[in-house]
Amino acid sequence: MCSGRVDLGFIQKAFASGQDGVFIGACRLNECNYVTHGNYDAFGNVLIFKKIMQEHLGLDPGRLHIEFMSAADGNILAESVNRFVGQVKALGPVGQSEGVDPEKLRLRLKAVGRLVPYLRLVERERFRIPVKTREAYEEFYGSREFDRLYRELIGDRLAMSQIMLLLAQKPMTTGEMAEIVGLNQSEISGYMNSSSRQGLVRYDEAQKRYALA
Amino acid sequence: MNKAIHIYFSQAIPLVAYIDENCLFLKEQKCDICRGVCQTDAIDFTQTPEKIDVKVGAVILSVGLEPFDPRVRDEYGYGRYENVLTSMDFERLLSSTGPYEGQILRSSDQKHPRKIAWLQCIGSRRVTEGDNSYCSAVCCTYTQKQVILTKDHEPEAECTIFHNDIRSYGKDFERYFQRADNLENIRFIRSYAQIVREDPETKNVFVRYSTPDEGVKEEEFDMVVLSVGLNPPKDNDKLAAKFGIELNEHGFCRINPANPIETSRRGIFVSGTFQGPTDIPESVFSASGAGSKCGELLNRRRGKLTTERVYPPEKDVSGQEPKIGVFVCHCGANISSVVNVPETVEYALSLPNVVYATEQLFSCATNSAMEITELTREKGLNRVVIAACSPRTLEPLFRDTLREAGLNQYFLEMANIREHCSWVHSKQKEEATAKAKDIIRMAVARARHLEPLREFDLPVNKTALVVGGGIAGMTCALSIASQGHQVHLLEKEKELGGNARRLYTTVDAMDVQAYLRDLIRSVYGNPMIHVSHEAEIKDVSGYIGNFVTTVETEGQVKKIKHGATVIAIGAEEYKPDEYLYGQDERVLTHLELEERIAAGDEKLASAQTMVMIQCVGCRNQDRNYCSRVCCSHAVKNALELKELNPEMDIYVLFRDMRTYGFNEDYYRKASEKEVRFIRYVPEEKPQVEATKAEGREVLRVTVPDPILGQNLELDADYLALAAAIVPSRSTGDIASLFKVTLSPDGFYKEAHVKLRPVEFATDGVYLCGLAHYPKHIPETINQAYGAAGRVLTLLSHDTVIASGAVCEVKEDQCVSCGACITACTYGAIEFRETARGKKAWVNPILCKGDGLCNAKCPTDAIVLKHFTNEEIESQIEAAAVRQQDLQQIAAAVEKV
Repeated sequence: MCSGRVDLGFIQKAFASGQDGVFIGACRLNECNYVTHGNYDAFGNVLIFKKIMQEHLGLDPGRLHIEFMSAADGNILAESVNRFVGQVKALGPVGQSEGVDPEKLRLRLKAVGRLVPYLRLVERERFRIPVKTREAYEEFYGSREFDRLYRELIGDRLAMSQIMLLLAQKPMTTGEMAEIVGLNQSEISGYMNSSSRQGLVRYDEAQKRYALA
Repeated sequence: MNKAIHIYFSQAIPLVAYIDENCLFLKEQKCDICRGVCQTDAIDFTQTPEKIDVKVGAVILSVGLEPFDPRVRDEYGYGRYENVLTSMDFERLLSSTGPYEGQILRSSDQKHPRKIAWLQCIGSRRVTEGDNSYCSAVCCTYTQKQVILTKDHEPEAECTIFHNDIRSYGKDFERYFQRADNLENIRFIRSYAQIVREDPETKNVFVRYSTPDEGVKEEEFDMVVLSVGLNPPKDNDKLAAKFGIELNEHGFCRINPANPIETSRRGIFVSGTFQGPTDIPESVFSASGAGSKCGELLNRRRGKLTTERVYPPEKDVSGQEPKIGVFVCHCGANISSVVNVPETVEYALSLPNVVYATEQLFSCATNSAMEITELTREKGLNRVVIAACSPRTLEPLFRDTLREAGLNQYFLEMANIREHCSWVHSKQKEEATAKAKDIIRMAVARARHLEPLREFDLPVNKTALVVGGGIAGMTCALSIASQGHQVHLLEKEKELGGNARRLYTTVDAMDVQAYLRDLIRSVYGNPMIHVSHEAEIKDVSGYIGNFVTTVETEGQVKKIKHGATVIAIGAEEYKPDEYLYGQDERVLTHLELEERIAAGDEKLASAQTMVMIQCVGCRNQDRNYCSRVCCSHAVKNALELKELNPEMDIYVLFRDMRTYGFNEDYYRKASEKEVRFIRYVPEEKPQVEATKAEGREVLRVTVPDPILGQNLELDADYLALAAAIVPSRSTGDIASLFKVTLSPDGFYKEAHVKLRPVEFATDGVYLCGLAHYPKHIPETINQAYGAAGRVLTLLSHDTVIASGAVCEVKEDQCVSCGACITACTYGAIEFRETARGKKAWVNPILCKGDGLCNAKCPTDAIVLKHFTNEEIESQIEAAAVRQQDLQQIAAAVEKV
């Protein structure tokens, strides 16, 4: 098994099951044990997930770390794990130092979980990195271009995914939704308008609330 | 001190106790206690030695070495001072099965030594009585290892290494040395050091040494480790007489540099350190090579004495609820000295689906493995978790125990509580026990989801392909061919020979050209070997046992089908861009110098002064490795020039002279012939300018003299550069064709540096010669035979087994998006027409089980078996479960 097998879903699962930090060990870049250089895929997934942590989950991206090392680099493993554990301990239990309510975090993570298959598709189709170097990956995932793609392709979807999860529990007003999702009411209204047109949700006149269609 | 009845060492096979000659009963008919307490009546005092006749066709002598015993010289203080140890004693201190269970303590007061000194070259590189004149070749690096481990055990320790040259000539050794050197509180001091006395109170040891800045001084240490060298095996002369073989002047086996595995007697071969002091990889080369030489002799009898293993039929457990057995290994004291093993066993029993758990002293010992088989059968287990070491070494063994019990081998799961736990948390016993429980819980969770998998047999094409027609490639091809296999040998040039075409003599007086002519003649004369000249590989497809390589040779394109591949493409000489090379024709590389000597260049022979500069183009930032052969090469050229013209002044400017092994004698001989060796440091490299001195056109070499403390000006007629060995230009292309990997220095990366040094991680592909790393001709020949030996273990079988842990497509979930196909660099996935349209299909033979496709598939249709989402996610979930939650889980499971 290659570190490229480390799926976005695994990272999501780990945080969803209450871990305070996730550490991924991979081969050194450009020293692939296979011929796939799948560690770049793992790297890409880590950078995507860090963005999701920042933008959607409200978690400190320092809770996720990937380290590249060879089987002979026991010292690097020990040093980087110790450093990471220290860092996560300083951050405290997941969500606490970030001030994210556990219930909200659970919902947000669930929304990410539902979107994993879609994220795989977006990663493959839209995130193009010209060369396989650490710098190129960091540059792309730190670029405005990626910001834009994230907003257009992922940010909205995650918000919607979360709203749909909420509405599956019970019908809600835009105000209630805004409070939980962390957006303002007009943004929620925007989502509701487009979703009604697509026939995903409907406005329940009697309850004065939105519900799943 | 061992008792008279003991186990030889903790990983001995078989792992049973025996009684040695210290037994009181055997000596004086006293005691006899053991017979009373042995419940199985295993003790039999009536046994006598037996003489057994074995008829064999060949003999391999791999009798090893004897560590140098410093007692032979009083000055080493060994045996007189309590805190003077040998490196072997220190190795025991570091070992978890050692006298203090892995703690470094002084035997005088059981305290941790704070200041430790290592004295290098004990018994080596000395011509004094009782010492050895040669270099023992391994001590520099094993000392660095001990220093690194010491700092690991005791971060506060101050380590001082008194050394002569640092001989980090092995693959990756230069980086290893830097790693040791960069640790805190480490001093490498280049000085002869002498033990002068012991403090009778503290038992501390005083060491006298000198430095250029401070002169002679004495320093006190808590412990001194003597880095002892390698002696020939004990009773070597009796052994030699018994087998009728010759020994060399040092007492090791006399070997022929053209075939270091052969002894002076036909049919008797030698491998390992009996050839001379060597490190593990070289010992493995010659071990595998000796196997190949036996094969050449006995091929017609191959397989005559083997019997096929028969396993009981596999039980179908598909309908059963998981019944998991957990076996927790003590690994002697490796695990149990840190982890509370009984506690983990009890804990395992509390986990859902675990129906049985027990502890074992060594799970890998034959009796324990049998116990696992028996208990699996008896308790009706259908999943087995072994909490022991890394699966890397012993997973195959434990899988076998499951097969013996009639269970599919993929129902095994290993929990690594040694490397991942006890070894790294030796000081936090409680936390380590808690972590061991976590690891076991995760393994059990995963075991619940394990599925039985099928492995399958692939046919093996019996032909081999050897890429590269130098000494390595030709030797390997000949050995394979003489064991009955067709060999295709590819050479990119018009002629065979490779780099050896430019070599004429070696330091041990081998006539390289004569040897090469014979070798080439044997290759052309062998009807089983098919040589392609001017060959270029266009394409490679297939896999172990079934490769197809497309080659363009002399304008023609042909396809070669073969079962095994050997990559022996050699390396190149670095073209220096320093020291006026290429600008002044008097500046030569050592290969060029050798060619001129061989051609009888009179101008060269009549030169007044020759300067040689070592380490040109390597041991620097661009190439952080030692080219290994250059020091001996320079010494050899210097000796030849002295032979031609004893009046010639020869200076060798070096950083560390790395004439390891027996070549040390030639270094000494060169010194005796007044070849002058001057050390320089990389911060102050020699400067070269073309100028005139007293009317003579000279190359003026200026170098700081570390002993005199001033600049030295040498007016040379010629300058010879020890140019580095660099990877061949085609290394990268060949790597991507055969899907093999490179080390950081750009040479090929073997599957395991020590244990699998002649094969790649890619199945069915092997390597030898300079393409692996710079090495001398005898070492290349050893490795070439070694590669042939590994090739034969493949080609002598009709089939190979392919792993069951490969990808598979669930057709009903496949949406034909092709994400998996783009992800697979092995080309293992393709679209196939099915009744429900185009679907992805995995060729299980090409699939290497990386699972990249699994992480790319938007519908989870493609699955890496043995590493499925369920299996991995169950582990992730189990990792998070805290102990108090377990009872809830157990209760919930019961309700279901």
